Formats: sequence, structure tokens, C-alpha cells
Amino acid sequence: MMVPITDRATQPAPWRRLATVLFRAREVSILLVVLAVFGLTTAYNTSFADLLSVQQLLVGASVMMILAVGETMVIITRNVDLSVGSVLGLSAYVIGDLFAHFPNLPVILGFLAGVGVGLLCGVVNGAIVVLARVPSLVVTLGTLYVIRGVDAIFVNGVQINPSSIPDSFLGIGYETVLDVPWMFVIASVLVVIVGYIMRTFRPARDLYAIGSDPQAALLAGVPVRRRVFFTFVVSGAIAGLAGGLWLANFATVSSVAGLGYELLVVAAVVVGGVAIFGGSGTVVGAALGAILLNTINQALVATRISAFWDEALAGALLITAIAFDRYVFLRRERALRVRLAHGLS
Amino acid sequence: MELGAGLPTGAGGGEGKSDNGIAGDDAVLASGPMLVLDHVTKSFGAVHALSDGSIRLYAGEAHGLVGENGAGKSTLVKILAGVHQPDSGLVILDGKELSLHGPAGAAAAGIAVIYQEPTLFPDLSVAENIFIGRQPVRSWKRINWTGMNEVVRGVLDRLGVHMNVTTLARGLSVADQQIVEIAKALSFNARVIVMDEPTAALSNAEVERLFEVIATLRAQGAAVLFISHRLADVFSTCQRVTVMRDGRFVMSDTIGNLTVEGIIRAMIGRDVSSLFPKTVDDPGAEVLRVEHLTREGVFTDISFHVRAGEIVALAGLMGAGRSEVARAIFGIDGRDAGRVVINGATIPAGSPTASMAAGMGFVPEDRRQQGLVMDLAIDHNIALASLGRLSRGAIIHRSAETALAADWSTRLRLKYGRLKDPANTLSGGNQQKAVLAKWLARRPSLLIVDEPTRGIDVGTKAEVHRLLDEIAHQGVAVLMISSELPEVLGMADRVLVLRGGRIAADFPRHEADEASIMRAATGQLRQNAAAGQ
Repeated sequence: MMVPITDRATQPAPWRRLATVLFRAREVSILLVVLAVFGLTTAYNTSFADLLSVQQLLVGASVMMILAVGETMVIITRNVDLSVGSVLGLSAYVIGDLFAHFPNLPVILGFLAGVGVGLLCGVVNGAIVVLARVPSLVVTLGTLYVIRGVDAIFVNGVQINPSSIPDSFLGIGYETVLDVPWMFVIASVLVVIVGYIMRTFRPARDLYAIGSDPQAALLAGVPVRRRVFFTFVVSGAIAGLAGGLWLANFATVSSVAGLGYELLVVAAVVVGGVAIFGGSGTVVGAALGAILLNTINQALVATRISAFWDEALAGALLITAIAFDRYVFLRRERALRVRLAHGLS
Repeated sequence: MELGAGLPTGAGGGEGKSDNGIAGDDAVLASGPMLVLDHVTKSFGAVHALSDGSIRLYAGEAHGLVGENGAGKSTLVKILAGVHQPDSGLVILDGKELSLHGPAGAAAAGIAVIYQEPTLFPDLSVAENIFIGRQPVRSWKRINWTGMNEVVRGVLDRLGVHMNVTTLARGLSVADQQIVEIAKALSFNARVIVMDEPTAALSNAEVERLFEVIATLRAQGAAVLFISHRLADVFSTCQRVTVMRDGRFVMSDTIGNLTVEGIIRAMIGRDVSSLFPKTVDDPGAEVLRVEHLTREGVFTDISFHVRAGEIVALAGLMGAGRSEVARAIFGIDGRDAGRVVINGATIPAGSPTASMAAGMGFVPEDRRQQGLVMDLAIDHNIALASLGRLSRGAIIHRSAETALAADWSTRLRLKYGRLKDPANTLSGGNQQKAVLAKWLARRPSLLIVDEPTRGIDVGTKAEVHRLLDEIAHQGVAVLMISSELPEVLGMADRVLVLRGGRIAADFPRHEADEASIMRAATGQLRQNAAAGQ
């Protein structure tokens, strides 16, 4: 991956640069926090580090990681997609229903159907946001309920049972390669690919420009509406894919699949260093944010602390993350101020 | 301001004549114009924003475009930028008619616009800001970051500017942001570069650097359209000037045939003294005393006083700490040491409420963001600082509020549609008057005004000056911050010059002139600083 080379004339010593990068990069600090939570929990309950337990940890984080990828793209453009939980639920049900009717359907077609459902939902979200110029918060809050409602009509109280889903599909939910769960492999590959795309291609850089200053993006000739529309479509498609993996993992689906995921995803993304008002952040950071929230969740189970603390902690972490960003921002402003003052005197 | 009295003013030039009244025999004119706007019109509903936009730009010239606010300059710029499409009229580049559809079309045609507040992406690097949407790519359309940074370094070198191309735009000074925009224009091979009020927010050193950059652009064969309220800047950098009034072309001439007064007369269509010199009174009792005020890294050991009826100006370069001192006195920012005394009473630090209660008023630099609530009605805005007096308990007395607003808008000759219209319907100058009205309605004993006439047209500017004089005459102490030396010299009874966060000089009215202030502000004469302390 190409990384911009900083001006050689102004480069500080290599070790200092490394220290700055480590301190500044949110990805590294989150990874450290994940390891710290993991280490502390293992010290309390050694079985937390068992292979099976770690595998379960990774599987549990996978769906949220995938959703975080799409949500990151949307939030970077200064929008938000609150419908991802409902899209996931609808996609999971449609795939399950397909397998119930066509038991011999190839696995890949099942996934494609889920992605297709998500894509359609994304088209609806994107079209309303872009054409009707309604804030995405309102649009996706609406489609959150509408899609959930459509899902409930489809489901009509009938659950999909594991028996009607092919084993080859369910295998994705629990099989491993070199001890790494397939779910986590898929999620990681998606994170790496999208992370690379976000860094390397012009249309992806446009997303950062749009979130950084939508008006300036228009003036710079960025096709803002087309990009935002496309971002919602991708977010929907990714949520559809997540629905497939959710089904493979849980093997059963009712009308409440993915209920409330949207806010957890937004929390994970923000904890992962994506600015809530757009313009900055990375997919890798967001995925690590998802892993962190899931690790805390599992750690509470392992230490037998009441599950009540799970959500409270997630919230506290969210606020800490935002407060930390603000603190760093103010410190940098002050440093700049002092530097300017010295430069002038 | 230099006035070449006796020279022809060039105020002729009938409106809408096909000849456009262009005079001039420069060599640049020989090759024919690079860009022509011919009788361009644009209406928004019933409002004719532009009824005759005409201008001719030649390669290698800097062309001043002047006119009061509302003269149609912004609309003309937006047509050149491709933001608006003209209703009628022609845009001709190199002899070929153009229709500019969208900003991308203008950029492709080689026209670049640098706005007063540059529109950079704060989260992107300098280099990526310049190349957004057209970053150089390698195989598979992957962005070539190294190549992009190299190209941008090359462009900045051509402009003679040093800047780290990988730093984020967030935190760059306005001047540096403009340089980035100009570099962007160059990277587009732009040949027509429009600068909308580029010098309004720059320090003098930065203005000098900008003028050098403009000279470089001209030498490379570009045409620069330079839009400014600062006629001194127009005279320093432009070869020809076009004047607009009420959406119409008025006249166009080479700079040698023009005088400041002639241009002003053409702009407003009547005679007016551009500066209202303050009447000199004997100042009264001391109102404000500032003792050893310090804010770490911003300003150090600031001591001065302002008496009733006195206008004291804080002058100095951008970044010298003028606004910061004012903000700390009013209590918006905290302070690390020192004392502020109003009418003998010490004001607690960091409390605008206490400052207001003590009789202080503060008209901030940025009226759109800090001075007015833009979506709120004009009368509510004017009454906003007086609500305590207009309320019984928690209930605001509506009719008293309206009466107060009507009274003050009449006194300040505010031009508005209805008092119930939102404040953003007012023109820039009238917005500033509304902010003044808001504070005057409180009958303050000390009024701090930060850049009171920035971005305001000449006519309204004179009115604001008249107002400030009147306020002082009524016994209010005024602390004025201004980057415009003529304004400082015309209005101030005393001039404090800040440099690097310290008071470098303290001139009484009769000792202050442009040279002495600039010397103190740039630190060229140490003995002045010593005398000032």
C-alpha cells in the first residue's frame, strides 16, 4: 500500500516519527485496549484464552465488523445509515426462506440473494437522501422501521429452522481454516479490501472530501449526490452480506434478527476513530472498534459481571472516545497557537 | 491613501454601450481580450442580480473589479465559476463562446476562482486538496501518492512558496489556504484566475506575498481578476479597473487614468468622503484600565487605558494578538495574569456576563457567526442583548422589544424589508449596523469593535464611522481593532500597536501615521517600542 512520503526536509528522527504515528493512530491505541481487556480478563478467568473461547470471540465480532465497514463509508460522507440492523434481518430471512423453498440452492446464490436484498434497501435509502434531499438520519430512521415491518410481514410468525438450511451454508458459521473461523476470515478480508480501496482510489477519496466540507466538494466538481447514493447502496449491500453471515452463525431467524444493531455499529465506528461529522477515519479502525465492543461484552460474561454493564460500558467507551478526540484536538490547537506566537515574536 | 487630484477620473462610459468604454493603449491590449463577458444578465425570481455584466480580461494583466456590496460582483464571479448560468449575454474565451455548466466546466475551460474564505477540505492534505477528484494514478487507477506530492511541490516552487504538502489543511492560516487554492488553479493550467476579496483577511506581509504571486501569474500569461473593497490594494497590483454599480457595468479604464476618488464616485454614483474623520473632543474620565494582561502563548503584559469619549485603536499585523486581547478583556477567553478594571471596578476573568453587567459591549469580527443569529428576526437580534431590561420575570415584553428594535434601527438608518425578516436578509453592511444596534441599545460605557467595517461597501463604511464618532461624542469609550490603516488613522484618538503579543508602541493621534505604525508593527524601529512602553 502506498503511504504518502512526508517532506524529507522536515522529517524528524525515524523513532520519533514512529512514536508520533503510534500515538496518533487510533488503530494502535484500540488494539492495545483490546489486548488489555483480553489480558485482564484472562488473568481473572484463564479459560478466556482457550482456543474455543477466542474463536467464539472472533465469530461474535465478525458480523459487527462487516456492518462497521459499510457504516464507516456512510459516516465519512457526513451521513448515517440507521437501517443496517433491519436490512440485516430482512436479508437473513430472505436467504433462509430461499433455502426452505429450494434446498439444493448453491450457497453462493444464497449470499447473492442477501446482498441483492441489501442493495435494494440501499438504493431506496440513497435515492431518498439524494433526490428528496432529506437528512439521512431521518430517512434511515424511517426505513429502519419500514424494512423491519416488511420483514415482519414476510416472517409472519414463522421462524426458519436449522433443518431447512443446507449444512454447507451453516458450515461457514462454525468451520475454521488453520483454527481461524471462516466468519472472521471473511470479515477481515472485506475490511482489508475496503480499507485499501478507501486509501487508493479517487471515488473513495471523494467520500472524505464530501464529509470534510460538502459545499467545497460541490465547488471542486465532486459528484456529491452520485457518490452519496453509491455509498448508501454499498452500505445496504454490505448489510445484506452481513445478514447471510448472521444466518450462517445463528442457523435460525425470526423477525427480530439484528434488532438494535444500528446503534451498536455507530458506536463501534465512532470508538474506532471515525469522526461522527465525517471527513476522517478508517475502515480498519472501525473494525477494531467493533472487536473492542465485542471483547468487552464477552469479558463481562467470562467474569460473570451483570450484562447490564455491557451497554453501560459501551456507552461510556463511546463518550470517552469522543472526549479523547476533543482533548487531542484542543491540545493541538493550543500547540499551534503557541508555535504561531513564537514564530511571530 | 494616495489621491492624484486633477487627473481625469474616467467616470464616463455609458451604461450598456457596446463599446464598454474600455480605454487603454497597453501592449497587452494589442492581442485582443482573453476573456469577454458581454451584457450578461442573471435574475433570481424578481431580483435582477446582474442586469449588465460586461468585462474584458487580457492575458498578463491584473484587472480590478470594484463596486459596492450588491453591485453584482459576486453574481458575476459565480457565473465565471460555473455556479450560476447566465439568463442572457455572452461569455467568450479566446474568441469562442462558452457555456459553463457547473464548476467542473469552468475548471476545464481554464477559469479558477479563489474565494475570500478558501473552501479547502480540512481533513485532506495540502496535496490532495489540490488534486481531489483528479489525483495522478498508476496502473489499475490507483492513486500515485508520491507522484502527486512531487507535482504539488513543483507547483509551490513555481509560486516561490514553501509549504509541507502532506500536512492537513486544518490549521493552515487563511493566507496559506489561498496559496493552496492558487496552486490548485495553476495545476489546472488555469489562465483566468478570479480572486474574490483575497486581501481582506491577510496581514500586510501576507498581502505582499500575494502580490508577488499575482506578478508571477501575470508573467506566466494568466489574467487575474482582482475583486476588492481595498482600493489601495487595487492600485498596488492592478493594471486596469472595472467599476460596477447596481448590477451594471459602469466603466473600465487603465489604472493610470484613474484616481481613488474617481473610482469611489463611479461606485456610488455620488460624492462621499470615504473616511469620516473623528471629531476631536477632550476625553473624559477613565472607563477601561487594563493592567499587565497576559495569556500564555498569545499575548504578554498588556497595559493601557481608554477614557470616555475616546477611540483607542489596536493596530498590528495579523496574528499580533489584537482580537485575542479584546476577547480576553470581554471575558470570552481566559487570562493567565493581569486585571481588567471598568469604571473603577475589577471585572472577574472569563465572564462575559460580568463584563456586560459592568457596561461593556463587544462587536465581534465575524458578524455572521458571532454577532448575529442569522435565522432569527432582525428585531429579536437587536433586542437580544437587552432582554433583561425588556422582561418582567421570565416573560419577555414583546411590544417593548419591537419598539426598542424600531427605535435603534431608525437611529442607525438600518435598511431592511421588515423587522420580522430573518437577519440573513440584510446586506453585509446592514448586518454590521444591526450588531451595533444590539449593543448600543444596552447603552454601554465601553464598546469593543473588532474590524467594524471588514467586507462592507464604501457608503455603509462611512456611516459606520459616523456612528462610532457619534457614540464617542456621547461619552462612550471605544476600543477599535482594525487592519485598515486609513481607518485607524481616521478614527483613533490613540493608536496602540501590537507586535508578537506585546504593545510595541502607543501613539497619540498627531504622532500616528502609516509609516510609524507599520514600523512599530513590523519591529523595524526598536526605539519606538521603548517609547511606547
